[in-house]
Amino acid sequence: MLNQIGNYSLYIALLSSILIIIQYPILLNKNNINVSGRIFSLLSIQSLMIIVSFIALIIAFIISDFSNETVYNNSHTSKPLFYKISGTWGNHEGSLLLWLLVLSIFLFIFIITSKNLSSKYRILTLFFQQIIILGFLLFILFTSNPFMNLYPIPNEGTGLNPILQDPALAIHPPILYLGYVGTSIIFSSSLAALVSGSVNKTWAKHIKNWVLVSWIFLSIGILLGSIWAYYELGWGGFWFWDPVENVSLMPWFCLTALFHTILILEKREIFHSWAVILSITTFSLSMSGTFLVRSGILNSIHTFANDPSRGVFILCFLFILISLSIFIYFFYQNKIKNNFIKTYIVSKETAVLVNNLFMMFFLSVVLIGTVYPIFLEVINNEKISVGPPFYHKLIVPFMIPFLIFMAIGPNLNWLKDKINKINLQQLLFFILSIIVSYIFLKKVGISYLFSLPLFIASFFLFFITIKDFSVKKTNLSQKISHFGFSLFILSVLINGVLAKEYSSNMKIGDERKFLNKTIKFESLQINQSKNYQSLEANFKITDKNNSINLKPEIRVYDQPQTITSEADIETTLYSDNFLVFNILKNDGFYNVRYQIKPFMVWIWISIILISFGGILSIVKKNG
Amino acid sequence: MVKNIKLIAVVFLVIVSFFILLKGLNKTNIYSPNLNSSKIDFNFKAKFLYSDEETTLYELLNDKDFSIINIWASWCLPCRDEHSFLLNLKSLDKLNMIGINYKDSEINAKKFIKELGNPYSKIVVDPSGVNSIELGAYGVPETILINNQSKIILKKYIGPINNEKLTEIKNIINNEN
Repeated sequence: MLNQIGNYSLYIALLSSILIIIQYPILLNKNNINVSGRIFSLLSIQSLMIIVSFIALIIAFIISDFSNETVYNNSHTSKPLFYKISGTWGNHEGSLLLWLLVLSIFLFIFIITSKNLSSKYRILTLFFQQIIILGFLLFILFTSNPFMNLYPIPNEGTGLNPILQDPALAIHPPILYLGYVGTSIIFSSSLAALVSGSVNKTWAKHIKNWVLVSWIFLSIGILLGSIWAYYELGWGGFWFWDPVENVSLMPWFCLTALFHTILILEKREIFHSWAVILSITTFSLSMSGTFLVRSGILNSIHTFANDPSRGVFILCFLFILISLSIFIYFFYQNKIKNNFIKTYIVSKETAVLVNNLFMMFFLSVVLIGTVYPIFLEVINNEKISVGPPFYHKLIVPFMIPFLIFMAIGPNLNWLKDKINKINLQQLLFFILSIIVSYIFLKKVGISYLFSLPLFIASFFLFFITIKDFSVKKTNLSQKISHFGFSLFILSVLINGVLAKEYSSNMKIGDERKFLNKTIKFESLQINQSKNYQSLEANFKITDKNNSINLKPEIRVYDQPQTITSEADIETTLYSDNFLVFNILKNDGFYNVRYQIKPFMVWIWISIILISFGGILSIVKKNG
Repeated sequence: MVKNIKLIAVVFLVIVSFFILLKGLNKTNIYSPNLNSSKIDFNFKAKFLYSDEETTLYELLNDKDFSIINIWASWCLPCRDEHSFLLNLKSLDKLNMIGINYKDSEINAKKFIKELGNPYSKIVVDPSGVNSIELGAYGVPETILINNQSKIILKKYIGPINNEKLTEIKNIINNEN
């Protein structure tokens, strides 16, 4: 029953999509075109139908309707309700349906919130967005339909992968998708603005909100993914330069660059073409991300399906969209106003340009690191793996000038500023950061090539962003985001420099010394939970002043049978104590890994601050 | 003119990446082996992990009555989980344990064995993954139980060995003959 509802709603949505697209040439010939009447009702029907099909899938998951193949493959009656619901998008088919849902809801919101803009621009945005929706509908219906019937109906499902059963991961995909799909609106509207010749202040002002919304969701989505990797995967890190992580980072760089460019476009009417190019690139990167993750071309824990026909479909669709946008860009390029305002080297415009340059550089590094191995394997049949050292070597040295520019840039004036703006106050802060970094590095005894300048630059940014709170000129949301970023860099650096790890084989009752601490394996007990059995160990970690108990677990899930290691993490403001253990042999020994991760919690807090700056900016504008 | 050159350059770049990615996708087809075939290529050559000598699967299967071929890698977390079960299997007299180290670095592989114990009598390396794929592997870990006399695959386990599978393997070994 639910399968039929879901299926038919999707077909109705497909029909509306086709109807809207064929209406477009008719509409364009009329003089007073408008998004009203038939088009608007078609759009409403489409959104409603997609919502209905999504709800149908959620209900199928909640009531464990195993006549649905997707439910059968990804759920189990003994799962807690929360994970039954999150199972809806924890698999290939459901996650695509979620993409589609967000696509159509965003379009709907776009249409009802843009009533005061030119109708040609609105119709064109609607048209481009419909092409994307149509592509996704076809993809879902013909290669990954979530409403496939299963007969005879099985009694029990095969379960959801236990490592996906985590609260952070349950909401990670929807949030990330909101970010990805937000970029589709930016893409459609930039193409629409290009075709209708309205790439200008008004457009910038309007699209700025969408850029911010996508950027916020993308930031929070990445944050949740990192939190999940940290707590659940048990590797004791938060970023692994895994291709799938990179794929979410690339649109983020692009969006950050775009946001700064849009600000300049709004204020100064320059960088028109660049803003359009960035909009197209951002969406292409989001789509490529979907392609790389979904097609199985990458080997990663995130890869769901390995069906090449799906990959071919997304690939073709992706390249149709990219080619379409390239041709539109080249044909309508001369419609863009070319404002050559003479700007001076020391000005806010230059600062934003520098920001963009760095963002593009970081983007290229990540892009090459992610795509190059795939290309090399195809061309040369050679397998290489690009790991953290590659990214660190290429990104770290360029971080230093980037951070210094970021400290100085926002305080510059528009158009022209005096060079002596780099004043005594900043110089004092710079000297202060040199002293602080020197003392800090001396104390921890680290002397890598880049560590001193890197610490100087990040402390400098940190001090300047704090100082900026006392200046009235810039807006608060920017200060918060920039301060968040400086805090982020500083926490990551300190975390990287001061993290300590100890690994040993221990049995119950053993004691080990590590630094000034004693690790004692006190006891082991077996617990029975709803859908797993767990082996809970109790470790006592004592140092001079106090002691903490850490209780990591080894979980054995029933459906499907999987063993996972749950780290126990004790979080304080200064550092995290991270402990994870593994079964070794049957002789009572366990492999124990203990890590001290300083300032871990500040990494999370700083990303929340960065995003909060964005949220504040939206709220302030509308309030 | 400059505009056209730019256009052509961009389009060219896009088309090239399209075909490369398309080819990359088709390549993944090779990765799906025929699960039902019980015949395997016994003549593949591989290098040992702990020496530079080469061997063939045929030689490896010469020992006892049964063989287990376990495909593993140090970077694979489920392999860590199944390791204790493999160590348990080692104690069976009729069983010859062969490990194939899949797409791994030698240093990490040796570290893994040193840390968790060695359940295998012989370990060969498969840095490109080709041999494992020819054996019909889907991914890591994967375990294949072979009757050494008839050279027939008795059972194939995709994913980590657990208690249930362990009992099953033991039963098969005790009941055959």
